[in-house]
This record gives sequence, C-alpha cells and structure tokens, in this order.
Amino acid sequence: MRLGLVIDLDVCVGCNACTVSCKQWNTSGTTGPLTDYMPYGKDPSGVWFNRIRNYEIGDYPNNKTVHFPMSCMHCEDAACVTVCPTGASYKRKEDGIVLVDQDKCMGCNYCSWACPYGARELDREDGTMKKCTLCVDRIYDQSLDPIDRQPSCVITCPAHARHFGDFDDPNSNVNKLVRERGGNALMPELGYNPTNMYLPPRAVKNEPALEKESLISKVKDWVNKSVAR
Amino acid sequence: MHPAISVIFFTVVSGAGYGLMALVTLSMLFKIDGGLDHDQVLVSGTLAMILITIGLMSSSLHLANPKNAWRSMSRFRTSWLSREAVLAVSFYPMAALWLLQWYLDSSMSNVVTLVLTFLLFAGSIAVNFATGMLYASLKTIPQWNTSLVPANYIMLGLMLGSLLLTLLRLYYGLPIDQMLIINIGLIATAGILKIMYYFWIGKPHGPSINTATAFTRATVRLFDVGHTSGTFLTDEFGYQVARFKILLLRWVVYLAAFLIPGTLLAYNLEFDSLMVLLVLAFIGVFVERWLFFAEARHVVTLYHGNQRV
Repeated sequence: MRLGLVIDLDVCVGCNACTVSCKQWNTSGTTGPLTDYMPYGKDPSGVWFNRIRNYEIGDYPNNKTVHFPMSCMHCEDAACVTVCPTGASYKRKEDGIVLVDQDKCMGCNYCSWACPYGARELDREDGTMKKCTLCVDRIYDQSLDPIDRQPSCVITCPAHARHFGDFDDPNSNVNKLVRERGGNALMPELGYNPTNMYLPPRAVKNEPALEKESLISKVKDWVNKSVAR
Repeated sequence: MHPAISVIFFTVVSGAGYGLMALVTLSMLFKIDGGLDHDQVLVSGTLAMILITIGLMSSSLHLANPKNAWRSMSRFRTSWLSREAVLAVSFYPMAALWLLQWYLDSSMSNVVTLVLTFLLFAGSIAVNFATGMLYASLKTIPQWNTSLVPANYIMLGLMLGSLLLTLLRLYYGLPIDQMLIINIGLIATAGILKIMYYFWIGKPHGPSINTATAFTRATVRLFDVGHTSGTFLTDEFGYQVARFKILLLRWVVYLAAFLIPGTLLAYNLEFDSLMVLLVLAFIGVFVERWLFFAEARHVVTLYHGNQRV
C-alpha cells in the first residue's frame, strides 16, 4: 500500500478548515501536542502539520487565485528519513507513511533541512521534530465507521478538495483522479517521488476584458499608427 | 539559512583541530623540518584534541533534545551526520592510543605507531570530509549541493591546522622552512577553492516557484503566506542578507583568511606576528562559515514567495 492525498486546486477555497481540524485532531494524537507559542500574544506562532498559502497564477486578465494546502508528501524516496542520524524518522513498509519516533528524536533539525516541502516543524517545547502522520491513529481505528477512517483534513474539507487513498492500486479513487485530471507532483526534479498529488484548476474561458472596437478606437489606432510611421 | 553560532563555532574550531592533528601526524610521518620530539607531539596533539572537543561540545548546543544525542551514531549507513558522529567519536581512542605511545617514549620505527599515525591522518581528513558532505548531500539547498563544499571544509581545516603547527614550532624555536611552504600551498589552494565556490553559487540555479507549485506554464506570485507572524520554517530558512553586505564580507574572507596571511608569511616571522596572522585567519574563516549559512537558500522559501533559489 502507498497511502497519500490528492488535493484539488480547482475547488479548494482556502478556508483553512483542514489546517484547523488537523491541529485539533493531532494535538491530542500520537505526536501531539502541537505546541503553540504565545497564542494570545502579539506574535502568535506554533507547530502546524498543514499550512495553506495563496498564490496568483498567470497575468491579468488570465490570472487566477489558487489556494495551496501543503502537508507531508510521504515521499517514496524520503530524504528526511535517510538523513536522520538517530533513526527517529522512518517510513512504514506496509503503507508508506513517514513518521517520527518522538522517543528517539534529538532535535537536530537535519530532516527539516532535507525536506523541500516544509513539512517538518520543530516543537521548541518538546525539542522534537513533528510532522503530518496521515492520521495514522485514525485511519486504522476499527471503532470508527469505515467512512470516518480517513485523515481528519479529508473528512473536514467542505469543498471535497481533499481525497485519501492507495496510490498502489491503479483503480483507486486517487489514481483515477490523477489520471483524469492530470495530477502533478511538486518539485519532481529533486527526485524524492512525493506521493501526494495536486490537481490543476480546470480550464475556464475568461471574459474578454478588452474594449469593443468602436469608431473612435479605430480612429485612435489609425492616428497612432500614422504617428509611429 | 539561519546562521547558528554554535554550528559555526563547531565547524571552524573542530575543523582547525582536525587540521592540526593531520599536520602533526604528517610532519611525524615525513619528518617535516625534522619533526617534533616526544613532549612537543604530546602538547600539539593534546591541543588538537582540546580544540576538537570544545567544538563538538558546542555542536551539541544546537540540539533541541540532547539527551538522545547518543543515538546519532546508529544510522551511519545512510546519514552523513551519523557518519560524522561515528568518525568523530572513533577518533578519540585512536588519538589517545597514539598520544600514549609518545608518552611511553615510543619511536616512529615501530610499525604499530606508523599505522596508527597514518590512520589518525586519514581520520582527521575524513571527519572534515563528513562535515562537508553533511551539507553537500542536501539537494534542497543548491548553494550547498556541490563537491566544492567538502573540499572547502577539508582545505580550510588543513590551512588553520598548518598555521597552528607553525606557531607551535616557532614557540619551541624549531625550524619552519618546510612548514612555511606547506602553509603557503594550503592557503593558496584553500583560497582558490573558495573563490571557485563563490563563482559557482553566483547565480540562482535551483528549482523555481513554478516547479514548486507545479504551475510551469504561467507566472506564479505569492499572495498571502498564510501566517501572521514567524513560523519554524521562516525562522530556520527565511534568513535574508543584503547583497552589498555579502560582497563586503566576501572581501573580508579573501583578505583576512587568505591574502594577508598568505602574503605576510613570506617575511621573517616572529611568534607574535604569526599569532596576529593566525587570529586574522580564524576571523576570516569564521566570516566564511557565517556566509556559508547566510548565503544558502532553501527551496522551501519558494513557497514563501522567492521566485528562484
């Protein structure tokens, strides 16, 4: 099995429901707490496993705002695991989830240097590295309904922009989506083979923003051309 | 990258310590300028081990959870940090045995001593190589991901170590004719390699914001980074330094580490004047190491709005 996420950039509205539900679930989960520093102070900061950034793609009038959630990509060739000197970082053989053993981590930050996606954050209170667990303490929980055995961020997303599944199964929901919509990996040139995939926005026809041709605009064009000559 | 003082201090001081050990063993193997006598070997070897130990203790200061530091030797098959730890720790019994041999009045004709001397020389180069590879193996930082980085670490360590040995020889009133040639050769090689490095990283050549977001057919601009104040990522990777300051500090490196010591070595040296040159070279290498971190741009900054790294 190779478990991971597909994130649909076409429908993500950037509401941050996934990041908040991630924080809520995982702060009491296996690698919790996700410590906050000065949560009510002037500069609130803290550990998050999932962050959303917002980008403008393309130039006006063919531009679009894209909301971009990012968490651990659970790479096939995870550099964070190979560089870890203590063996605290490991990738599970059975499902490909990358985890940090909190009892072995010495907080050297080296794995966060090796990760291109900013998926790992040091908890300054605990002195250990923390990261997305793909809700490993939830997806195998037999006491939950099968529909609830998914990562917290996936269940929470009100726009259904997040999908969870097995990338080893060619007919899984995630592989179908990647095939049909042309899913992309981020920074593939580094060669870490990230598991999570991003679906690009669907092509839309933009409203023409240019003025209609009128008699005055034709005259203006003609004058401009004559002056240029 | 955030330039952590503890790591800068560790790489410079331990690097010089391993360099001194390499030069001491080398000068015993080849009887450079007649080599050293037993007491002088003991003093210079102990000085090298003190420098190495101070540096290693400083390196543990940047660990957030140092009680697990003993585990760092377990993953030497994949991790250069682990290899560095294994090499640095296994250096101690070798050095202790070697120094004990000198204390017990052994001589270089003994085959065991000869093998041990060579192992110590190779080991001191290997630790500095591992330190360099620790940075050079990271594909996420294009400025570090070059073979010039371990070359810089090895040569700067040897350069400082050779100056230290020349200073010790002056202190004991020993001849330094051959050592001076080694000094100048090492300063020139280290300087040329550093200049090559600065040209190599001259322009951004790593991934761009387009491959980072997989929007490779359009311009991508950051709208909103999504957090209101700093995060671990911006603290660790978001370090920015002004272009002019970089150029100014590079000249400090050229002058203090290479040009001034390299030129003035050719004149008649006293202990005091070499001491000044050594302090100057250490300042130059400290600035070099600070720049090494400050100039490095991690690819995660692409998600925070950088167009290229």
